[in-house]
Amino acid sequence: MLCELCKQAQATVHLTEIVNDQMSELHLCEGCANQKGAQVESHFGLSDLLSGLADFSKTQEPEEVSSKACPSCGMTYEDFRKVGRLGCSQCYATFRRSLGSLLKRIHGSPIHIGKSPARLIKPAKVGKSELAELKRKLEQAIEDEAFEEAARLRDQIRRIEQQEQPHAKPKKS
Amino acid sequence: MKEIDELMKRPSEWLRGTGPVSEIVMSSRIRLARNLEKFPFATRATKVSQGEVLAVVREGLQRTGAMRQSHVFEIGDLDEVDRQFLVERHLVSREHIVHADHKAVAIGQGEAISVMINEEDHLRIQVMQSGMNLQDAWTIIDGLDDELSEVLPFAYSSDWGYLTCCPTNTGTGMRASVMAHLPSLVITKQINKVLHTITKLGLTARGLYGEGTEASGNFFQISNQVALGRTEEELMENIERILKEVIHQEQAARESLITNNRTQLEDRIWRAYGILRHAKTMSSGEALDLLSAVRLGVDLGLMNGLNRTTVNEMFIFSQPAHLQKLEGHALTAKERDTKRAELIRNRLGGPA
Repeated sequence: MLCELCKQAQATVHLTEIVNDQMSELHLCEGCANQKGAQVESHFGLSDLLSGLADFSKTQEPEEVSSKACPSCGMTYEDFRKVGRLGCSQCYATFRRSLGSLLKRIHGSPIHIGKSPARLIKPAKVGKSELAELKRKLEQAIEDEAFEEAARLRDQIRRIEQQEQPHAKPKKS
Repeated sequence: MKEIDELMKRPSEWLRGTGPVSEIVMSSRIRLARNLEKFPFATRATKVSQGEVLAVVREGLQRTGAMRQSHVFEIGDLDEVDRQFLVERHLVSREHIVHADHKAVAIGQGEAISVMINEEDHLRIQVMQSGMNLQDAWTIIDGLDDELSEVLPFAYSSDWGYLTCCPTNTGTGMRASVMAHLPSLVITKQINKVLHTITKLGLTARGLYGEGTEASGNFFQISNQVALGRTEEELMENIERILKEVIHQEQAARESLITNNRTQLEDRIWRAYGILRHAKTMSSGEALDLLSAVRLGVDLGLMNGLNRTTVNEMFIFSQPAHLQKLEGHALTAKERDTKRAELIRNRLGGPA
């Protein structure tokens, strides 16, 4: 099907408009659709997922020397920028500053509040250590001006304090 | 391979078409990305390190309740058809079956649990359930993850959670996804608007076979986009809340079609049924589209004598590798199209 406006390119954008119960359809090529200001959605999914990543390749991370290599696997920040994948768990410590802001950009928050490995949880001390950890994270969130995060942490701390019997693992709803 | 042939004999449990809202939601899945401390990620891995990871994870799985009885398939031992079979069953990702060195998958009873070893992360633990049922999937995967974390040193930081190869997974390492069948939103052309809104709300939608695949058969895999800064429960609740709305929209669209365009809708469904029941050759794309229409008919109660499980199974058994496994040898594309039509005719009681 050819574009109804330019009559040259293949129509790839199909618009449906309903006005007073009358449905009309318009078939346009991407160029004309863009000119008409229609919202052209590319193939959903992957592009959205990667949009968070795409911009980090352009962003300058002044704190990290891009040639600094991870002592464990040898990956540099420059390498990471090219492939978008880290080389080993040690990379997280090596590129801590840059990754912190990157993670915040991708996830909207730089602080983990989910579950932790069972072996790290010492049953007798669960309550205290988890609470202390959450409070530390709360302080960090306030410092980072991640207020949404801070509110969530505050609520979580409150919940645990109210329960008296704290759990290291998130409760099932 | 013999053990793959065993899997072939039974459909996966999640295909039963039971579970909550199964008239719209085919399956719910949760996967957790985990890595072992001290071993390089896939980007920097060597054959030696991958071999070690495989050995360590295999031993770890042996020490869990749920996966002690699991069967471990090394991808390198499988031929192309068997590999593709695992993808069609949603037991491994498409990425997992290329460059097969030391890659493996452990498959538990009923195919509810599978663990990919040496995918992008050292472990990709996955649990699938029939219908809209993230809660049960979470209970199972949470328990297995706890058991594994007792015996395997997972890379974890108290600030950033589970450390993964790709920073989009860092944190919980969790992706919860729901496979929804949304034909009425497609027919009424509301689907793009819905998907667009979903994306704005922190979710992402993909096709039947994951990242980069097109939506076929009107199936959409909807999953969380962020993994850090929320608890696993919060991530699931967010999906459940938004899915509830999507399901509501699909139901409303179904009702509107029934009320306002019943003849056209029934025509579409029965034509699809007629072609499926009588065609002599059929591509997998055509089969998916027609089966989608027939599934809608079943879900709307328009087709007596045909149940959802049969339709669900046809979606999977008409895929290329499944057809070749049924036949017992490799088939050309043209031969597959003939076999596919034959399989569907048989299942629907059409002429031989």
